[in-house]
Amino acid sequence: MDDGYMGGYAVVAAAVALGVVFVATGLLANRLLRPVVASAEKYTTYECGLDPVGDGWAQTHIRYYVFAYLYVIFAVDAVYLFPWATVFDADGYGVVTLVEMVIFIGFLATGIGYAWRRGVLRWV
Amino acid sequence: MTDLLEAAMRLMVVFVAFLTLPLLVGQLEHKVMAHMQARVGPMYAGGFHGWAQLIADGVKFSQKEAIVPDAADRIIFGLAPALALLPYFIAMVAIPIGPGLAGQELDAGVFFVLAVMGVGVIGTLMAGWASANKYSVLGAVRQVSQLMAYELPFVLAAVSIVMAAGSLGFTDIVDAWQPWWLIWQLPAGVVFFVAGLAELNRPPFDMPVADAEIIFGPYTEYTGLRFALFLLAEYAGIVLLCLLTSVLFLGGWNGPFGDSWLWTFAKAGVLAFVVIWLRVSYPRLRADQLQKLAWQVLIPVALAQLLLTGVVVLAW
Repeated sequence: MDDGYMGGYAVVAAAVALGVVFVATGLLANRLLRPVVASAEKYTTYECGLDPVGDGWAQTHIRYYVFAYLYVIFAVDAVYLFPWATVFDADGYGVVTLVEMVIFIGFLATGIGYAWRRGVLRWV
Repeated sequence: MTDLLEAAMRLMVVFVAFLTLPLLVGQLEHKVMAHMQARVGPMYAGGFHGWAQLIADGVKFSQKEAIVPDAADRIIFGLAPALALLPYFIAMVAIPIGPGLAGQELDAGVFFVLAVMGVGVIGTLMAGWASANKYSVLGAVRQVSQLMAYELPFVLAAVSIVMAAGSLGFTDIVDAWQPWWLIWQLPAGVVFFVAGLAELNRPPFDMPVADAEIIFGPYTEYTGLRFALFLLAEYAGIVLLCLLTSVLFLGGWNGPFGDSWLWTFAKAGVLAFVVIWLRVSYPRLRADQLQKLAWQVLIPVALAQLLLTGVVVLAW
């Protein structure tokens, strides 16, 4: 199954299919084996045994967006890092390549440092 | 034809391992936790020290009534367990335990596994949101924020070992590995393992499912087999994290008395024990402590490690 670079991913696709079949079979077997004893109380939302108050879906203020921004910035950076990490030691690269990446990450690290100093890296 | 047969065999072996290893870790957890807390744990099922307890649990779960709350979004609610579980299986396919012993060797193995592992959280988010339960939504939001904080140190630590070995393939990394890397890559290894624990919601990072605060977080409304699938996902995650750490940072099948896949499992087994040990030893971290640990400790350490790795690789 090693037909070139993408050949290996045929097995991955097969694994996905196998996984889906496994879960589907399991749930089907469960459907055949399980009892169904309906009663209205069973189907209410669980709130420690009390009657549920209000809806489970509500508008809320997400104050976490600063972390989310930081995450996106660094996640994109990490994607760049992987291909770079495999070649920075190769012929024709070397110290300059490393320094370039240090400068690049330095910018991002300065960003974290700034956020830290400003006190936004706090859970509120 | 033989190629096809071999690929199918490998896939089946990984699948069987995926279903049995989490049970082994689960049983180990039952017994180790029990003895650390001066009790004996399950003793009845199967006769010898309750070895069949988790099989009995599985049989029980498979016959339980499946309840979907009226308020829930039925389709998403039903799909969530599959989405939480399957990424771990797919990731496991790409991890080798010995030379040539993998479901499928991929050139970009490390990248692939990290990417696939990140998908699991969507299952949790779906579960929490679709349940239409306040506790579930809270748990799901906690889970996602935790993943966002810990995915970074997790990935950066992995980049460090990739830089050291100069390859994204697991086999290349293990072949390049030298015993002194244990010290050189120690910070990355620790960051990787801790961040991995946080991604799996293992105590002390179990805020998203904190039972004393929000019942069982995103899984509150789940019953029967779907609930069991979530539990399986947690333990499969432990197996995956321990195998990954063992292969990336502890030299995989390199060992003192000849190379063998037994070494990979021995190292992963010790790590699994540590995972359980941490659960028994540490209290749960608060949300702000979680964020602080990730952003102000693990990420700076991981970045410093990247610098150190780069300098050492070039100087060597």
